[in-house]
Amino acid sequence: MLIARVIGELVSTQKHSSHEGRKLLLVQPVNLDGSNRGDAVVALDAVDAGVGDRVLLSTDGYAASSAVGRPQSPIDMAVIGFIDEVEVLPGVA
Amino acid sequence: MFLGRVVGCVWATAKNPQMEGMRFLVVQPLTPELRETGKRLICADAAGAGAGELIYWVRGREACFPFLPKEVAADATIVGIVDEVNVTRPVDGEVRQDADPASAPHRRNTRKTR
Repeated sequence: MLIARVIGELVSTQKHSSHEGRKLLLVQPVNLDGSNRGDAVVALDAVDAGVGDRVLLSTDGYAASSAVGRPQSPIDMAVIGFIDEVEVLPGVA
Repeated sequence: MFLGRVVGCVWATAKNPQMEGMRFLVVQPLTPELRETGKRLICADAAGAGAGELIYWVRGREACFPFLPKEVAADATIVGIVDEVNVTRPVDGEVRQDADPASAPHRRNTRKTR
């Protein structure tokens, strides 16, 4: 799982039927210091997140499709939670 | 899933019999600002995408799910056609109502006819 920030939404009408009824979010994975970690990705929304939210991003297909509740559907990334706070223990990281 | 644009087509006459009738397209991955990023790749098509279209694609084991019950050997598949991308990159937790023209928040797909 990755920490990510929601930076936008996609609109798509012609798509796989298992993606219908769920928001498609553009999410930017971030590092612990808040800097960008690679390119932004497209993820299905399992928790009703919105632009600006800091979220937990699952990048595994099985986890993502079960979080969205649609097994055997072509989903490899899903937003599965909001992040309130990240605490890094001093001297460990 | 990842954003991309269809930039070409692949024909393969001799292929795995399970893949008969499938379409293969060349995809250029894009950033949300629609700038090119990374190298081009071949995706199977499960959305009926055409040349020049903005799409999103899925990679890995999930790429063969749209073709079930056929077990095809696809590792990247186009699963949707993108009509619109709305990007608002927040800065320091704030939602920015965008000053940067290079990342205009509202972009529409432009379909080129073949």
